[in-house]
Amino acid sequence: MCGIAWLFLKNRSLEPELGAMTAGMLAVLTERGPDSAGFAIYRQGAPGVVKISLRAPAGFDFEALAAAHDLPVTVRDDHAVLMVPEPRAAALRAALARHHPEVTIVAAGARMELFKGVGRPADVAKRFGLAGMAGSHAIGHTRMATESAVTIAGAHPFSTGPDQCLVHNGSLSNHNDMRRRLIRENIVFETRNDTEVAAGFLSWKLREGARLDAALHDALDALDGFYTFVVGTETGFGVLRDPVACKPAVMAETDDYVAFGSEYRALADLPGINNAHLFEPAPAKVYFWERRDAGAVH
Amino acid sequence: MNSIRKTAAADALLFDLGAEPLRALNAKLQALSPESNATAWRILNPRGGHAIAVGVTAPVAIRIDGPVGYYCGGMNDGARITIEGNAGPGVAENMMSGIVHVRGDASQAAGATAHGGLLVIEGNAAARCGISMKGVDIVVKGSVGHMSGFMAQSGNLVICGDAGEALGDSLYEANIFLRGAAASLGADCEEKPMTPATLAALAALLRRADCDADPAGFRLYGSARTLYHFHVDNAGAY
Repeated sequence: MCGIAWLFLKNRSLEPELGAMTAGMLAVLTERGPDSAGFAIYRQGAPGVVKISLRAPAGFDFEALAAAHDLPVTVRDDHAVLMVPEPRAAALRAALARHHPEVTIVAAGARMELFKGVGRPADVAKRFGLAGMAGSHAIGHTRMATESAVTIAGAHPFSTGPDQCLVHNGSLSNHNDMRRRLIRENIVFETRNDTEVAAGFLSWKLREGARLDAALHDALDALDGFYTFVVGTETGFGVLRDPVACKPAVMAETDDYVAFGSEYRALADLPGINNAHLFEPAPAKVYFWERRDAGAVH
Repeated sequence: MNSIRKTAAADALLFDLGAEPLRALNAKLQALSPESNATAWRILNPRGGHAIAVGVTAPVAIRIDGPVGYYCGGMNDGARITIEGNAGPGVAENMMSGIVHVRGDASQAAGATAHGGLLVIEGNAAARCGISMKGVDIVVKGSVGHMSGFMAQSGNLVICGDAGEALGDSLYEANIFLRGAAASLGADCEEKPMTPATLAALAALLRRADCDADPAGFRLYGSARTLYHFHVDNAGAY
């Protein structure tokens, strides 16, 4: 099972509603994934500043950590987003690794913030205050665990690089072999999870200079199993279904947004859905949308 | 034979899925006797819900005002079900008799394992349309996805548009009528000569589906019957 929801706004006047709409979509997908949930949301950034999303055990004092480094922070339950001037990012990562091994860097990027937790999707979204978040696009996932344990680390999305994330519905059968190969390419893994391997594969391809759509094409040959992948980037997102396409996927497009749901149910509350162009993404075909400066979507 | 032209009565009984639970609806519909006077139903706010109007055994007309999720009209035995929107996976799966009419597109496995009745899809059907069908008639006015008619045993699958890869793979004795092109034929599926009797049956089926496509524009595909028995030359493959 598992459920995927993403929403990409073309109409910027809807941006204040992004979090609320995404939270609604995730709650509907509880039946497809009651074990854990997570989301990546692309929000306002500042030039020259990296947002670093962190997770720590309950009770960790993020405010003190931020104060010690003289950095602005937004704390949301057991996650926090630090705003770090780019030149200081590497040093901060090193300091966290040395002094705070209990803190996990969940993601980093100019605009992406990433949160995930164990529990029902509506509860997870509430803990992080998703409904109050504004942004341009968001990707959410509700997980029914199959290939690895129900843990926060096994929850989706997985970050694949700066401002990049991946969610997955399905399971991969060659992830152990692929993980070994990627480890030889210096890709680091934190879990035994199959989706993290797909994320690592894309990270590797991107590091080697591939464009995201080309990396997704390569995934068709390299990854064995069944999957619907959705990847997010700073300016857009991509969709790929495996050639057999067992895992459901429905998309809706209007003048205001492009949206994806594992099922139509997840889209039913979106504004103007009755007049949206509804379609199923074809198997083994890479779909990619990007928002350009002018706000156009391609 | 019934065709999809009959429309539901104007004084249909309303059921609002936004106000009452799905189980209450299905319990009501499944309790209808063949003699019931409640012959016309209109269901509001389906919102992609699963298993709407499944297992109905009375010859009633049911109109669903919007998109439905998984298995709508599953196991239908005699009802005339119209979906005013898209249908999710497995629409009319295991239908026994009656009509399921999808005004929009259908997701994968439309009409799976259905034994009888008529399934009409005005738009496109996704992968595996008519998988393991056992006697149903399916008319798709658009195109179908890959592996459609997989292991289809009997009945007729009519595709007015194109078909995806591996059409009719491991086909038994169902007829597949295709007007457009198939990306590829599946194992053991081959083109057959269209006999006058088959052409007449296709024409009748198109009329029932209110489809004005010219029967002469279709090609017939069926089983080459080479997979019916184990061939010893293939022993090495196991």
